[in-house]
Amino acid sequence: MGQVVFTTVALAGLTTLILLALAAPLGWWLAHGRAWWKEAVAAVVSLPIVLPPTVLGFYLLIALGPRSPLMALLHPFGIRTLAFTFSGLVIGSVIYSLPFAVQPVRNAFEAIGPRPMEAAATLRAAPFDAFFSVAVPMARRGFVTAAVLVFAHTVGEFGVVLMIGGAIPGRTEVVSIRIYQLVEALEFGQAHRLAAALVGFAFLVLFALFLLDRQAGSRAP
Amino acid sequence: MSHVAFALSGRFGDFRLEAEAEVPASGVTAVMGPSGSGKTTLLRCLAGLARASGRVMAGEAVWQDGRTFVPTHRRGVGLVFQEPSLLPHLSVRRNLDFAARRAGRGPGPDFDEVVEMLGLGALLERDPDRLSGGERQRAAVARALLSRPVLLLMDEPLSSLDAAGKAEVLPYLEQLHRSLSLPVIYVSHDASEVARLADRVLRMEAGRLRGPAVVASDDPLALLSDAQVRTLARAALAAGLEAEA
Repeated sequence: MGQVVFTTVALAGLTTLILLALAAPLGWWLAHGRAWWKEAVAAVVSLPIVLPPTVLGFYLLIALGPRSPLMALLHPFGIRTLAFTFSGLVIGSVIYSLPFAVQPVRNAFEAIGPRPMEAAATLRAAPFDAFFSVAVPMARRGFVTAAVLVFAHTVGEFGVVLMIGGAIPGRTEVVSIRIYQLVEALEFGQAHRLAAALVGFAFLVLFALFLLDRQAGSRAP
Repeated sequence: MSHVAFALSGRFGDFRLEAEAEVPASGVTAVMGPSGSGKTTLLRCLAGLARASGRVMAGEAVWQDGRTFVPTHRRGVGLVFQEPSLLPHLSVRRNLDFAARRAGRGPGPDFDEVVEMLGLGALLERDPDRLSGGERQRAAVARALLSRPVLLLMDEPLSSLDAAGKAEVLPYLEQLHRSLSLPVIYVSHDASEVARLADRVLRMEAGRLRGPAVVASDDPLALLSDAQVRTLARAALAAGLEAEA
């Protein structure tokens, strides 16, 4: 049981970290880039919201399976497949939650407007410097929202993790799947305990993050 | 410090910028003209925030010509925007530090002197959203000075303020004018402001500006074009006639 909880938290935490790092440049480009095709990228990023998790899981399973051309590139490094592995699970979760990270970060970057970055440039801040010292701190609420949504969404994920993870005990079995299996085995007592714990945990995480966000909003960092 | 010379032309939306002039190495050069005449666009081109074709030189340094376009952060231009532009996530002190840290050491007033000059001592720990309009513009001017600019651009820094705010900030600007030794370009459409602050005046109309600058006088009327004087006279006359009727 502890192992299942650990896998779930590790998956959600790692996914959140990776997505925050990914959403920062991607969200910035979508907010301020000038390429005409950027809305096409925005649509691709948002696809996981519309697609059933099974569709996404199915394609990921094929892409991460031993016969995929993508995996063929990794064969020289001794990696035959990422299907039914924790790494595969992380890749799937990152793609599945991508829109939940990119959208709030993009919105926050758009809300800043051009003026603060122009002011920073006249104060001799190079673009990279200004991005980290002005844009990111000004968009911090967007990042907090993204972190909350991604973490919660990953913990609550079921279809994608079942398809690419396969619920292998000790490696890719997460809480949501364990609950499903317990119910299938008519172990209602255990399912109850785990489900209630998940509700409590989710509430605490969200509550803590909202408190943190309010504190950050009421005074300058 | 060095003089600044520019010859720029370009299309911006539906109007055309044609500007050519030299700005001496010290003193305030005002750019006057009705709103919409391209004054802000000219400043943005000098700062490197907008792009026209042509040439901009700051002393020996080429900021822009056919081959080079030095990005804003490497020009060393201070820019005071029309509306408040303090970084909202930083206190006044940290806004000033933002500029000072990146400017490094060099000639010109240091942190404490600039704070003193603009009367910011009591405001340093405040956040920008807890300042009055006048206080924000004073902090913005201080921040621009701390970036040790080779050229200071001011884009109607008083226009977003009410009468009290203008009266509060103007003396600080006059004081700076006496103590600074760097070229300042001051954009305004207010003749009385320009009469108090500027040494020379360039006029801009419908995107066109051509030097050399005219020496400013203390008489605001001297800054107006003949057409503007006629309009004013007519308005005064009409007002007088109405009062009699």
